Amino acid sequence: MTVDQHKSRYPEVWRRFGPRETLIRYAWYLGIVFIAAASLSTLDITWVYLLDAHVQAYDLLERMVPPDWSYFDVVVGAMIETVHIATLGTVATLLIAFPVAFLAARNTTFNWFTWAVGRFILVASRSINTVVWALIFVAIFGPGPVAGIWAIAARSIGFMGKLTAEAIEEIDEGTVEAIEATGASRLQVLWIGILPQVLPVIYGTTVYRWDINIRESTVLGFVGAGGIGILLYSSINQFIWQQVSVMLIAIFGVVVVSELVSAMVRKKIT
Amino acid sequence: MLEISDLVKTYPNGLRALHGVNLAVDSPVVVAVIGSSGAGKSTLIRCINRLVPPTSGKVVLNGTDITALGRAGLRKARRRMGMIFQEYNLVERLTVMENVLSGRLGYVGFWRAYRRQFSPEDVAAAFELLDRVGLSGREDARADALSGGQRQRVGIARALMQRPELLLVDEPTASLDPKTARQIMRLIVELAHERGTPALVNIHDVALAQGFADRIVGLSDGRKVFDGTPAELTPDALTEIYGEEDWSSTIRRTEDDEEEAPPSARHDGAQAIAPETAAG
Amino acid sequence: MSEASTGHPTVWRPPKLVENPVLRYGLLAGALAYLAWSLGTLEIDWARVSVGLPRAQNMFERMIPPDFSRWELLVRGVTESVLIAFAASFAGMILAVPLGLAAAVNLAPRPVYLFARLLVILSRTFHEIIWAIFFVKIVGFGALAGVLTLVVASTSFISKMLAEDVENMNAGQAEAVRATGASFPKLLIYGVVPQILPRYLGVSIYRLDANIRHSTVVGIVGAGGIGQVLAASFSRYDYDFSLAILLVIIGLVFLGEIFSNWIRKRLR
Ligand SMILES: Nc1ncnc2c1ncn2[C@@H]1O[C@H](COP(=O)(O)OP(=O)(O)O)[C@@H](O)[C@H]1O
Ligand SMILES: [Mg+2]
Repeated sequence: MTVDQHKSRYPEVWRRFGPRETLIRYAWYLGIVFIAAASLSTLDITWVYLLDAHVQAYDLLERMVPPDWSYFDVVVGAMIETVHIATLGTVATLLIAFPVAFLAARNTTFNWFTWAVGRFILVASRSINTVVWALIFVAIFGPGPVAGIWAIAARSIGFMGKLTAEAIEEIDEGTVEAIEATGASRLQVLWIGILPQVLPVIYGTTVYRWDINIRESTVLGFVGAGGIGILLYSSINQFIWQQVSVMLIAIFGVVVVSELVSAMVRKKIT
Repeated sequence: MLEISDLVKTYPNGLRALHGVNLAVDSPVVVAVIGSSGAGKSTLIRCINRLVPPTSGKVVLNGTDITALGRAGLRKARRRMGMIFQEYNLVERLTVMENVLSGRLGYVGFWRAYRRQFSPEDVAAAFELLDRVGLSGREDARADALSGGQRQRVGIARALMQRPELLLVDEPTASLDPKTARQIMRLIVELAHERGTPALVNIHDVALAQGFADRIVGLSDGRKVFDGTPAELTPDALTEIYGEEDWSSTIRRTEDDEEEAPPSARHDGAQAIAPETAAG
Repeated sequence: MSEASTGHPTVWRPPKLVENPVLRYGLLAGALAYLAWSLGTLEIDWARVSVGLPRAQNMFERMIPPDFSRWELLVRGVTESVLIAFAASFAGMILAVPLGLAAAVNLAPRPVYLFARLLVILSRTFHEIIWAIFFVKIVGFGALAGVLTLVVASTSFISKMLAEDVENMNAGQAEAVRATGASFPKLLIYGVVPQILPRYLGVSIYRLDANIRHSTVVGIVGAGGIGQVLAASFSRYDYDFSLAILLVIIGLVFLGEIFSNWIRKRLR
């Protein structure tokens, strides 16, 4: 065989990584594992609870069946409210996010100060979870769906505003200049030159966010901001598991359907 | 060596790509399989190593009935067949050497494969092959940093790394410019002859097939309609394979513009088989 | 008709999203009807809402200035949140590998694929807070419930992304490895992993960042971290402390995002 003839002519060792690279790689692995292990051991965790967790979980599941379908009528009303909160919150977002995006985009903002304000609104909105926003709005408007709608809007502004601002920054400057050259006012430039270019992005992200918001609005009730979460929380705290399972099934159905609808609409408009 | 009998392939959508093909390759020759696009060339080649499961018929390689093998047996049989692809199919993010060594994957354990620890013989053989295909010194380049011709050379080295009993080559030159295509084709033919490995080469360029192959098989619509030497490939035969056309300018055009050394004059003095004696 | 004289129309309107006018106005009417219906069905206590503005003003007055005097509590809560995020991200990253491969239609056998998809869909459908409340019921109040919640969320997220990448990978590269006679595990490490590794790492780092954000909230139902402190401060009307916590959360999320972007840029 030719291989044997030339055995001495060709190297018999080949390493993908040099010793230094290998060392660095293993150092990374070790570091990551160490951080994870250190995190777990620093946390105040009572590990014994994990021992019978599967028993507890099974017990819980067993208590959930059969679902108490007589409760379904109540659930339908609450689910409708949940969807309303998500939808109205998304509509409110639409009205607020566009002006904020306009401020937060470098090419349409007025000066550095307005830009910073726009950016801050977007960052603050996104950093605070919807449920935390709900805490705040419940304190303001009292318990109920109004707080939920504003919580949804407050969190979504950051999401939609950021994506819209990015879209505005990427628009075709030529079109805008051409319209500016005709002596159009700032509002006209915005309306004719910029809006049509970012509209597809706005439609797409709105529908996408609506779908996320449906999921978010299912838990707003845990802090009193309306929707199915109120019933879910109270049934869980009263250990009425057969009602809980009905609600989980309803949530599953609605979330899956909204995801399908959102995917369908997005496919259609893009 | 290789015996294909009554090979039929019907795709799940009902399309019959092969209508009972018979083919025997009993000496280490390069067989070009020609035919228009959709004739079933790729299907034929893929049925041999069962990347596409044949519907019926038999494929026997050196005594092993490949169509009858179970999963483990099939893996063992695949080690004995090297495959070269039109799109090279190198693992783009791996280095040249890893791609070449992957030809030995059937022979090393999982952890050795994972840690890229191949035997000294394999490593030496890989370096030798890289040298032979003209890529010495490029072993640590990433595959996606290479040109098309270079990638195909790596693909060839990977297939030969298996020390195959049969080379399955699917349109090796279709993505390359004419000059590189000729170089690659010559390399494949030379290596097949050097190592005494029979090769089944799908190719739609008639001139290349005539210039390099020892034997030509024509497929049309999933049926074998021609089997003979390059010299026997007359305009009539081409019409049978491809349909009506003026073939006078296609045939043997290669002989006129052959600017490089003919395939029989190759280095290393390996066992060469002249096209005339090997054909048929 | 004015266009009769020159042959060109004199009126031009920008193209509408919905060309059919009946459909367009129909959609508009539908939207208005929906608005009326939804606002009508929601049980809104308008009297309570109408005092919202003065209440908000009162709240802001009590929020400012933020009160950092109980910073030890704050630091402990934030640390716990970050640790929960780290532990959960790591576990999610590991668990997502088998689940993601099983959820890829081009690798997994049909029944395995369907089962894996079902798991992914189930865990993604329910909000983290719902998972959190169940884990609190199962393992009690505290950080463990928070870790488990985020493990579920991270695993399903990363495995969904992983499955998508595997499904979109270059099939030819994997096929070539298969053609050498490699077994399935070797096919994975040579044909699949090199193709998906960079994005898998990127997604995992992104998930770490997302987990930092989510770890600030699971505490609201008792699953540990700064969220627990925040919820307590709200229920005690300690709004100046709440604002301090919120500012710290914003800063933390901001840092997490910068860190994640930095790492992901380096991965390329
Ligand atoms: N996976 C597949 N599913 C269905 N039909 C296929 C598939 N692959 C190939 N075919 C069909 O089989 C026939 C032969 O294809 P192929 O073997 O690729 O031809 P060639 O390689 O000669 O161009 C063609 O009609 C092609 O459309
Ligand atoms: Mg083909």
